[in-house]
Amino acid sequence: MDVRLTTEQQALRDSAAQVVDRLGPGTVRGLGDVERAGRLDAAVAASGWRELRVPPDGRTPLASAVEAAVVAEELGRGLADVPFLGPTLAAELRRLAGAPPAGAPETVALASSLAAAAAVDARAVPSDAVAVDARGATAALVLLPDEAGHALGTVALGPVGVGTDLTRPGAAADPASTATRVEGPGCRPLTGDDLAAWTALGLALDCADLVGTMRGSVDLAVGYASIRRQFGRPIGSFQAVQHLLADAHVLTEGSRSAARHAAWAVDALAPGDALAAAAAAKAYCARAARTACETAIQVHGGAGNTWECLAHVYLRRALLSTAVLGGVGASLDRVAAHHGIGGGGGLR
Amino acid sequence: MDFGDAPAEAEFRLRLRAWLEVHNPGLPTSSTDDEYWAGQAAWHQSLYDGGFFGVTWPTAIGGQDLPSVYDVIVDEELAAAGAPARPSLGYLVEGILEHGNGEVQARFLPGIVNGRDRWCQGFSEPDAGSDLASLRTRADRDGDEYVLTGHKVWTSYSDDADWCLVLARTDHDVARHRGISAFALPMRQPGVEQRPLPMINGITKEFGEVLLDGARVPDVNMIGRPGEGWPLAMTIVSHEREPHELGFAGRYAKQVKDLVALVKADPGRYGGEEVRDLTWAIVESEMLRMHVCRRLSDRLDGIVHGPEGSVDKLLMTWTEQAVGHAALSIGGARATGSDDTLMKVYLYSRSQSVMGGTSQIQRNLVAGRILHLPAS
Ligand SMILES: Cc1cc2nc3c(=O)[nH]c(=O)nc-3n(C[C@H](O)[C@H](O)[C@H](O)COP(=O)(O)OP(=O)(O)OC[C@H]3O[C@@H](n4cnc5c(N)ncnc54)[C@H](O)[C@@H]3O)c2cc1C
Repeated sequence: MDVRLTTEQQALRDSAAQVVDRLGPGTVRGLGDVERAGRLDAAVAASGWRELRVPPDGRTPLASAVEAAVVAEELGRGLADVPFLGPTLAAELRRLAGAPPAGAPETVALASSLAAAAAVDARAVPSDAVAVDARGATAALVLLPDEAGHALGTVALGPVGVGTDLTRPGAAADPASTATRVEGPGCRPLTGDDLAAWTALGLALDCADLVGTMRGSVDLAVGYASIRRQFGRPIGSFQAVQHLLADAHVLTEGSRSAARHAAWAVDALAPGDALAAAAAAKAYCARAARTACETAIQVHGGAGNTWECLAHVYLRRALLSTAVLGGVGASLDRVAAHHGIGGGGGLR
Repeated sequence: MDFGDAPAEAEFRLRLRAWLEVHNPGLPTSSTDDEYWAGQAAWHQSLYDGGFFGVTWPTAIGGQDLPSVYDVIVDEELAAAGAPARPSLGYLVEGILEHGNGEVQARFLPGIVNGRDRWCQGFSEPDAGSDLASLRTRADRDGDEYVLTGHKVWTSYSDDADWCLVLARTDHDVARHRGISAFALPMRQPGVEQRPLPMINGITKEFGEVLLDGARVPDVNMIGRPGEGWPLAMTIVSHEREPHELGFAGRYAKQVKDLVALVKADPGRYGGEEVRDLTWAIVESEMLRMHVCRRLSDRLDGIVHGPEGSVDKLLMTWTEQAVGHAALSIGGARATGSDDTLMKVYLYSRSQSVMGGTSQIQRNLVAGRILHLPAS
């Protein structure tokens, strides 16, 4: 056992950190800077990070889920308004289904609860499927249930719209179109194990993004607490403020440990075990992230309740990461089911 | 990055698993039964003799010089077998290793590690808990001995101890942190009186009070130099705050496993609330296990832990208290004196946010030493 990041993984983390520090939004106003966002997107495209789960040999991904999680964490920390989760999950679905790589930018569509992949009827317009992290994507993958398991289909997308998360807009399926089945010589139906493995990857990336948002919001709040003065002293000198921030930091560290294990488990454990590990990490990170992000708002006082303050942008991003592929309740159900003490086994 | 076993680790794990099939003493949990404490010395010795205790310490003191990650394997296998957790005294060993001279190390460490000598830690006093530096126990020089007078309290395992690592004031004329020295005090002598102190869950062997009235200790039993008691205490408490020093991650995993077995045996009896509390305890204890893996892996870089121990202590506390809440939820309050094991698990869990430095003190340390917030 040695769970340190390798030298290569550290280098990957550092280059992702540099890109978001240089080209991330930085401020709420920065979110509207289209030119900057374009440069960020170009930098991420050039890095190849969105293709980490594409299999050069048709089977084994270019990089493990740990590398993908390393990137996700930095993107979350820097509130990167650039697609990553969506394209990565789409590439993974194609890999598991033996499908050819996507010809154009693509993401995945989830059921309207966001808790699972959208499973649609190939003949009908998929009215409640919603594509996540859909900026720049022209299509989204959906599941087409059939006797053998699930085939993959694509749906065309309508325009992107900003939801809870100001950094990762979504899109509804184009109301005029039905799903097109993905075909290819290597295509095979997705099994329950495939979907468990895929969900495990999605949850592990959510966890990594949540850890990033926690780190970002704690840094933001610690910085503010050191400069904002009341009663003639910095508010960070008040024990009541210190204890809030200390708890947020500790939750971040615990989340980091859980998230790292979830990322490792994706490629190292059997799909059911990987999913259980990811679900346990997701429950922990999601609850922790909400607390840490709320703490950042509280420490900013009135300023923290204004649109201009980045604290709510972190919270919003954390809330979308929480919802994608199942939040605290759904994750606890998965853990409970894995331990044989009840819960919604059907979510698998 | 790999959470899995390397070949040598896997071999060690299998050996331990096989050993446990024969040697698991099947004691009840430490937090609920005096019977556990009564069997603790024998368990420690047996685990050591089997080659599974103190494996990460230097061979010179009875260890095997293995990387720290082996302790994770020990904790996991003990928990999986439902065996008692690893005896918790690593912090004493680390303190003596760092501050004791070669002579002191050679005299005391092998006996601590192999479990033949029983030790307790006499730091806290009625008026010196969080504010440890205000302690008043005094050690006055008399020839080549010191004479100790004072009152120690909440001293874990004091009833069973042969030795006490005691802090006492040797110099009254310097700043209060500087006048404290540490000694290895023989417990079985006329000047030492030990009184049991029942805990809120009724167990009587977890901790006691130690009254020192003319207790004598040879000057060669001083650990570190005169006045080095404070840095030694800080070394010890910082190690005491790391869950792997205590083997607690394994204790929680075992408790969770027992609770899961209870719920599975009688599923109709427990509703959504109980299952949810238990599931949350699983989530917390899994997180802690991964956290210990991460911390121990960092040690491969030679990172010595400082203030991060406070982070670990808070995570450990939240885990123990989540397990405690699951035990409460599943066990519930009883109207009569029927089996109250789970109530005891719950009540014991409240002490984790006090022992080894309270949660508020840990938060103060995280805020000041890690987040570098301005002094309050
Ligand atoms: C099960 C158990 C085992 C123990 N074993 C040992 C042992 O083996 N050896 C030993 O020496 N001691 C032991 N202790 C004692 C333990 O270290 C002390 O109880 C602890 O340090 C707190 O001191 P206190 O009890 O005097 O509480 P106090 O210091 O009086 O604290 C009371 C309350 O005030 C808060 N408080 C105090 N100071 C501050 C501050 N600066 N900022 C914010 N809040 C503050 C505390 O957090 C706490 O909530 C044990 C305790 C327990 C419960």
